[in-house]
Parts: sequence; C-alpha cells; structure tokens
Amino acid sequence: MQQEAVLAMLAKEPAHAYQLRARLDDALGPLGEGLNAGHVYVTLSRLEKAGLVAIEEPSATPAGSDRKLYSLTPAGQERVSQWLSELSWPKPDLAEFHLKLIAAAAAGLADPISIVSAQRRELLRRLRDAQQAAMGEPAGSDASLLLEGIVLRLQADLRWLEACQRNWSSRRSDHRRSNR
Amino acid sequence: MTDSSLVRARALRKDYGTGEGLVRAVDGIDLDVAPGERVAVMGPSGCGKSTLLHLLGGLDRSSGGELWFHGRRIGQLGERALAEMRRKEVGFVFQAFHLMEELTAQENVELPALLTGVPPRAARRRARDLLDRVGVGDRIGHLPSALSGGQRQRVAIARALVNEPVLVLADEPTGNLDSAATLDVLRIFEELHAAGQTLVIVTHDERIGATADRLIFMHDGAFTDETLLSGDSRSLGALIGLEEQASE
Repeated sequence: MQQEAVLAMLAKEPAHAYQLRARLDDALGPLGEGLNAGHVYVTLSRLEKAGLVAIEEPSATPAGSDRKLYSLTPAGQERVSQWLSELSWPKPDLAEFHLKLIAAAAAGLADPISIVSAQRRELLRRLRDAQQAAMGEPAGSDASLLLEGIVLRLQADLRWLEACQRNWSSRRSDHRRSNR
Repeated sequence: MTDSSLVRARALRKDYGTGEGLVRAVDGIDLDVAPGERVAVMGPSGCGKSTLLHLLGGLDRSSGGELWFHGRRIGQLGERALAEMRRKEVGFVFQAFHLMEELTAQENVELPALLTGVPPRAARRRARDLLDRVGVGDRIGHLPSALSGGQRQRVAIARALVNEPVLVLADEPTGNLDSAATLDVLRIFEELHAAGQTLVIVTHDERIGATADRLIFMHDGAFTDETLLSGDSRSLGALIGLEEQASE
C-alpha cells in the first residue's frame, strides 16, 4: 500500500496514529487484518522524515508515540492533491506468467498445461476466500466495494488462464498430429 | 466405494442427431456425488454441462452409460416413476427463473407441493417459511413481474426446496443477476450447504465455482480437470498486497 494512502487519511483533520489505524480498518474491513500493527507507525515516521507530516507532542505528558498528534505540512497537502489526481493503476504482471509457459514448453522442463492448472487452482482459492469475505460483509460497507473489485479482477485473471489452457491444449494436439 | 453416493454416473452419454450430424453433448462422464456435497461443473457454453444436469435430474434420458440416483437405476424407471422422482426428490433452479407469471410468489412456491399431494394448508405454511428463509417473506403476494431479478431467483430457489428434495440442481443460477443479487444467491447456497443439502451447480461464473467443495471443468462433453477447494485459507490481506508491504 502506498504511503500516500496513510498521508491522505490526515487530510480531513490532524489525528493520532490509533485513529488512523481505525480509519484504515473501516475502509479495508477483513482485508485490513493483514495489516501489521506497526505499519502505520513506520509509515508515519517515514512521512515525517520526508517533511510531509508534522508532529505535535503534548509537553506535559510522558513520551509515548500514542500521544503524538500528526498533521499535514503544506508539502504534505501538496503531495495529497497530486496523488488524488494521479492516474496510476496497479499492473498485474501477466508477461512473467506468459514467459514461464513459453520457457517451460520450449525447454521441455514442465508441462505448460499443468502450470496453468496449478495456477488456476491457486486463483480459485483466492477467489473463494474473497467471496466468503464478501458474503460476511454487511451490504454497502466500504470493504464490500473493495472486495467486489478483487473478485472481478480474479475473475478476469481466471478467464485469461482458461484462454491459456485452450491455446496450449490445441498446440499440443497440433503437435501430436504433425508427429504422426 | 460408491454405494454411499447420491448420484452415480458411469460412461454417461447423450447424443443428438445421427450420422454426419451426430453430436456427443455428453461423452462418457463418470461422476459420484456424495450426500451433502456441493459440486460445481464449469465450462464454456456448448460444453454439455446443461445437458449433463438435465440427465442427472431426469429431465432427459441418456443415450448410453449408467445413471443411479438415490439407489435407483434411472434407465429402468418408466415415465411415470421418473416424473414422480423429479417432482419429489429433485429441485431445479434455472437461469431464467421459470416462474409462472400469473401466480404470486407464494403460489409459485406452493404449486409443486400441491402437485405432490401436500394438503393446501401445509403447502402454504411451507411456502411462507421458505420465502422467509430466502429473504423475500415481505413479497409473498407479489407477481413475478413486480419483483427484481434477484428476488425472482430467490422465489425460484424457495420453489425448488418446497418438496424437501434430496438433490438441488442449478443451471447458471446467477446468469441474469448483478453482483449484489449474485452474492445473495451465494449466501443462500452457503446456508443450504451448511444444512446438509446436496447441490450440483453448472455455471460459467467463477464466483460460484470457487465456493463449491469440488469444481469440475468440462469441455466438449467430457470432464477435463477436477479440483478440491476445501482446505487452507490464507490471510485476506495478501489479496491486496498488504503483507508484502508490512514485511518490507
């Protein structure tokens, strides 16, 4: 996850780290369970070093990071606006898998069709996990919208694997025919 | 060991046409479905999965091979016995719902119970209970035309369950539904599965395939791959790359 996602959570108002954590938990639902508890603190200290976040520490209380109030610096505000207008998008690395199949077939090291089958099984397990999480979410929650996106992406990947399987199966039968 | 199977098929075949025009829609299928199991059959349209489902439910007769259902050999049943088996022991759910447009939700669900001789009062009670269970208890007096696609499919599922079938067969049950309604149908299947209902679903929707215990891939009338999906789940955070970040 991008540092900017944590940064942008401060745009509404200054907050303590535990409040940011709670905002992230709400937005991510069960998907936030993989989020390491220290992750928010580590990210905040990186952002502070970069001059994007300022820390107010109440002088009267004993030192402890939970007392720190984080806010955006002008540079931080600038960075958030820039991030919101960026058109970046996560890239699935399909080329790597594609090259794996080609290399396996060319070298005769492994059967491309069994590689596709194993990969399909793995994606189906992920899809099952995402689907079960979606079934457990109340309708209209922020996390259910995220889960819908994950499910749709996995479906698209599974359809591509189906195309891979068809293609490599027909290559194999063409090969058999030409060897006869 | 197949004696405990609810459905058992051996070299099951269904041909259409003859001579040059012969099509093997189902071409030598072996299948065992255990009681309480949730099996999904996935494949592209035209792969023969709907034909297979029709054979399993006794809607159509095979051209060859053997099929046992609930301990009986389907090929040896006469028309009347087959029709009775379909009505009492199998529940069907279709993509296009197939509700009677001139009957209310409740009447649609009651009808199969009345046809098997359930007294009207008991049929009404069962229909109400089922419509409640699938979340359309407040729509019992509506005609199908006044219901959304998702609500119609839930009524159709209630109808499939009214005679307490040992097997529920579903053919593309989410084919006409949006994401939210698909999720509702999946939730109902999940509950049915938890209650021990045996389910066989044919679909090209990966979302349904992924929530089955066993997923079978079908192509050109034959099974090409099979995978068991029960077992280990990983942390959901891995789905959005949270874990890679945290361990950096």
